[in-house]
Amino acid sequence: MTVTASPRILRRDEMSYEIPHLRALESEAIHVIREVAAELERGVVLFSGGKDSAVLLHLARKAFWPGALPFPVMHVDTGHNFPEVIAYRDQMIAEVGARLIVASVQDSIDNGRVTDETGPRASRNRLQSVTLLDAIEEHGFKAAFGGARRDEERARAKERILSFRDDFGQWDPKGQRPELWNLYNGFVKRGEHVRVFPLSNWTELDVWQYINEEKIALPSIYFAHEREVFSRDGMLYATSDFIELLPKEKPFQESVRFRTVGDMSCTGAVRSKASTLEEVVAEIAATRITERGETRADDRISEAAMEDRKKEGYF
Amino acid sequence: MVPPGAATNGRPLATRASELVRFATAGSVDDGKSTLIGRLLFDTKSIFEDQLEHVERTSEQRGDGYVNLALLTDGLRAEREQGITIDVAYRYFHTPRRKFIIADTPGHEQYTRNMVTGASTADLALILIDARKGVVEQSRRHSFIASLLRIPHLVVCVNKMDLVDWDQEVFESISSEFAGWAAKLDIQDVTFIPISALHGDNVVERSERMAWYEGPSLLYHLEHVHVASDRNLQDARFPVQWVVRPMNDEHHDYRGYAGEVASGVFRVGDEVIVLPSGIESRIAGIDTYDGPQDEAFPPQSVTLRLEDDVDVSRGDMICRPQNRPVEAREVEAMVCWMAERPLEASGRFRIKHTTRTVLAKADELRYRIDVNTLHRDEAAAGLGLNEIGRLRLRLSSPLFVDEYRRNRATGSFILIDESTNDTVGAGMVL
Repeated sequence: MTVTASPRILRRDEMSYEIPHLRALESEAIHVIREVAAELERGVVLFSGGKDSAVLLHLARKAFWPGALPFPVMHVDTGHNFPEVIAYRDQMIAEVGARLIVASVQDSIDNGRVTDETGPRASRNRLQSVTLLDAIEEHGFKAAFGGARRDEERARAKERILSFRDDFGQWDPKGQRPELWNLYNGFVKRGEHVRVFPLSNWTELDVWQYINEEKIALPSIYFAHEREVFSRDGMLYATSDFIELLPKEKPFQESVRFRTVGDMSCTGAVRSKASTLEEVVAEIAATRITERGETRADDRISEAAMEDRKKEGYF
Repeated sequence: MVPPGAATNGRPLATRASELVRFATAGSVDDGKSTLIGRLLFDTKSIFEDQLEHVERTSEQRGDGYVNLALLTDGLRAEREQGITIDVAYRYFHTPRRKFIIADTPGHEQYTRNMVTGASTADLALILIDARKGVVEQSRRHSFIASLLRIPHLVVCVNKMDLVDWDQEVFESISSEFAGWAAKLDIQDVTFIPISALHGDNVVERSERMAWYEGPSLLYHLEHVHVASDRNLQDARFPVQWVVRPMNDEHHDYRGYAGEVASGVFRVGDEVIVLPSGIESRIAGIDTYDGPQDEAFPPQSVTLRLEDDVDVSRGDMICRPQNRPVEAREVEAMVCWMAERPLEASGRFRIKHTTRTVLAKADELRYRIDVNTLHRDEAAAGLGLNEIGRLRLRLSSPLFVDEYRRNRATGSFILIDESTNDTVGAGMVL
């Protein structure tokens, strides 16, 4: 699957000028991306290789077409990636023609900025915040675009589309700037920056339907495939060099797909036979469990796991 | 494919393009707002199993004694600890016809600032009235804000009908009292629905216990209220966001003006004028990544090309020569103040209007309005947090404005503090 710019005449109801909801969401996101590009110097698109960042990158291309993307793309690399995702990342970057910056958690560990967790439940998820903030500071980025959505998580539901970060990279949920109409306030001082979430109003199903309509390429792990997995805390994880098995954990083969893409150590798989985009969309529409509840160990730590990480500067 | 009758979480796969509708709800804990939202989400099967389990578990830990659906929306630690809603929460659900965005605004703390925020993008406002208490100060306040922000549709849910024995008299009396108040407010469309959020009566399905009520259920109304015509399709306004100049081999001479259509319809061949330069040209093309369009209308994000090679930059406004906004060096506006530090006469700010940001000075506060009584205090010296008043602002260079009542997109602005960079005010041009 590749992204192509095929001519398409937008359909609409002749009488009422109605616009389908995905096109309204698309237009809102493009507006946000252009506003930030125009008002803030040195933006960067955060790209994990997951479906939301794939949509984000697609929208950013649309926003400036036929011009090129006016900012680089940055991957915060935990070193614990799915190999398929890295292959996909490199392929997309080549296709878009963007400059890729890789901010490495391993480097942060080697420099003594963070300490790697150890043991069977070790994860580099939380360490990413330090690597991300260091990279933002190093490159002097004033705006970092992310693919986060408000329907993902309770703390995110309260976050602005343009979300202010202070000199320490912190989010202050109680002191957020009011956000009215489509008028965004991107003024920041030296050392401060904004996170920008153009997909704030999209749901998981919107993302999948949009990917389906636009035929956006995704990493292969989003589609059902045979994989060696093991079961832990009611979730299936892929076996890898990055995760130690507990004595009773026995790997087995299963047909699975991933619903989110994160660090291999904290991203669970779901049993599935859905191997095409249409089949995946049908499964997502039928699911009764949220994506983070089903597949993300990082949110299970506490009631406010995401809020706490966000205050520290997480995505 | 999903077999017929399979659980699609109640969310049938869309068979046709669905429309996006944004609505704001306002109210406090005891008027049943959270219960109503919980009910809408629950009955449209938009709450997932793990979310519900989480709410059940947390309710039990807190000793609420019931499944507290407010926990679904209260996302921040401080909100859960204190049992209050601090900030606007956005919730999403959809039916086969429409996708809904709910801006759920708290009724007490910071109420005006939050409701104004939620109302600014809303197509519809949902106001709850407790059938036992009738129209109270809060109902008046919420409807005033809805009218000030020109939310086109208002739905008044008279809730807790179960506690007044489903009595038609109670409903009629509350409706007529509210209608009397609304008449002062210039609200175009008000719909009254008697409901019981707790039991689900008239929320998704029409209630059999109120056979005297002949109108639709709340969800039916939300699905069918006509919102497309609320947009201004008469006055063509295109604030330029970004100049597209690729200068690559393939598009060497390409020059386009990217933006979101604020109002009106633009067609290829239309005569246009660029403000502030006053240069006239014609639309040569309307481009998108997906190919050219023959016309563009709100809220589409497109790129316009003009026939003549004219100087156009960000912050300029493209419109029709015979239908222009006002070129204003001074604006009269209703302003909602959103900062702890009060607004004082001669205060200086940045003002952001469409894609243009200039400097503004508060020239004169005409009056402060009491949002509960509509009383105008002309002696007021300033505006405190959550207060609303009529203000005259002087501008460092012109803005191209329309009256807010005619055009929400070109009649709205925000005020930004020059030293802190905070958004301190929201304004609506008179």
